[in-house]
Amino acid sequence: MPQNTGERQSVLLNGLFEEAHMAEPPSPLWEVFIRPRNGLAHRHVGSLHAHDAEMALQAARDVYTRRGETLSIWVVPSSAVIASDPGEKDMMFEPTATKIYRHPTFYEVPDEVGHM
Amino acid sequence: MQPFSDPRAAWLARLGDATLILGHRLSEWLSRAPTLEEDIAMANLSLDLIGQTRAFYVRACELEGAGDETTLAFRRAEPDYRNPLLVEQPNGNFADTIARHLLFSAYAAPLYERLAASNDVETPGIATRSSREMAYHLRHAGEWMIRLGDGTAESRDKAQAALDDLWPYVPELFEADDLDREVAASGFGVDPSTLRDDFDAAIDETIARATLRKPAEGRGQRGGKSGQHSEYLGHILASMQFLQRAYPDARW
Repeated sequence: MPQNTGERQSVLLNGLFEEAHMAEPPSPLWEVFIRPRNGLAHRHVGSLHAHDAEMALQAARDVYTRRGETLSIWVVPSSAVIASDPGEKDMMFEPTATKIYRHPTFYEVPDEVGHM
Repeated sequence: MQPFSDPRAAWLARLGDATLILGHRLSEWLSRAPTLEEDIAMANLSLDLIGQTRAFYVRACELEGAGDETTLAFRRAEPDYRNPLLVEQPNGNFADTIARHLLFSAYAAPLYERLAASNDVETPGIATRSSREMAYHLRHAGEWMIRLGDGTAESRDKAQAALDDLWPYVPELFEADDLDREVAASGFGVDPSTLRDDFDAAIDETIARATLRKPAEGRGQRGGKSGQHSEYLGHILASMQFLQRAYPDARW
C-alpha cells in the first residue's frame, strides 16, 4: 500500500496508462517525406502514428507542414523500409572514405548547370 | 458596442462569433487529445477558426466605423454573442467533438464558397481563404467520422450517439432571419437557407460511408443567433474572457 500521496498518484497514473494501452492496440508507424517549395526532392522529415494511409497523410499535413513550406507529401509504412545493418557499417561504408577521386572536386562545374 | 448599426457589420460579427466559440471549444482539447498527432491537428483547426474570427471582426469594425476585434472577442456580455447553439455544445468524447465539427464544417464550407461572391471589397478575400480551410476541416472531420462509425462496436455507438445528440442544433444553422435576408438581398451576404442542399449532400455521403444512420429531424433547438444561449456559453466566456477582464489591454 503506497504511503504518501505522490506514490499513490503514480500508481494510479500507471494504472490508467496501462489501461489506455490495453484498450487500444498501437497504430502503425509511418515515415513522412515532404517536398518543400524551393526544394528538388522529397526529404525525410520524421515519423508519426496513424491507423491508415489517409489519416497518415492528414496527420503529416498537420504535424509537419504547419508553416506553409510544402508542395507535396509522401507517407510510407515504416515496416516497408529495408534498412542496412548498423553492424555492417565498416564493410558497407568505410571503403569509400579513402577514395577521394570519387568526389567531383577535380573539375569546374559551369554556372549554367545550376543545381548539382 | 452591440447592437451594430450597420447590418453588414452585424452579420459578419455573427460569423465571427460562431468561429470564435468553436475555435475556443477546440482549443480546450490541447494536451488532452487521444494522440499527439490529433492534438496538433486540433490546434491547427482551432487556430484556423480563430484566424477567421479575427478577419470577420476586423472587417465588421471597419464597416461599422467603430470598435476593435479585442473588444468584440473579450469584452461583450453573453447575449451580445450571436453564434448558433451548435458551436457552444461541450466537447464530450472524441466522437462528440468530431460530429460537432463535421456538422459545422459542412455548413461553413459552402457558406464561405458563396460568400466569395460578396459585393464587398474585403469580404471575398476573407471568404476564399476561409473556404479552403473549411474544405480541409470537412475532410478531416469526415474521415474521422467514417472511421469511428465503421470502426469498433464502441466507436460506432459513440459516433451514432454524437450525431443523434447534436442533430437538434442543425436546423438553426439554416434558418434565415431578417438580418440574413437583408444582407443577402443587398448582395453582401449569403442566405443560409440556400446552403442546406450542399450540407445534406456532404453529410449524407459521410454518413453512408460511416455506415451510420442519419438522425430524424425534429423541431430543433435555436436561439443562439438571437443571443439566447444554452447554459454552456457563460462558462466558455468566463474562461475565455478572464484575462482581458482581470488585466485590461494586457499584452505579451
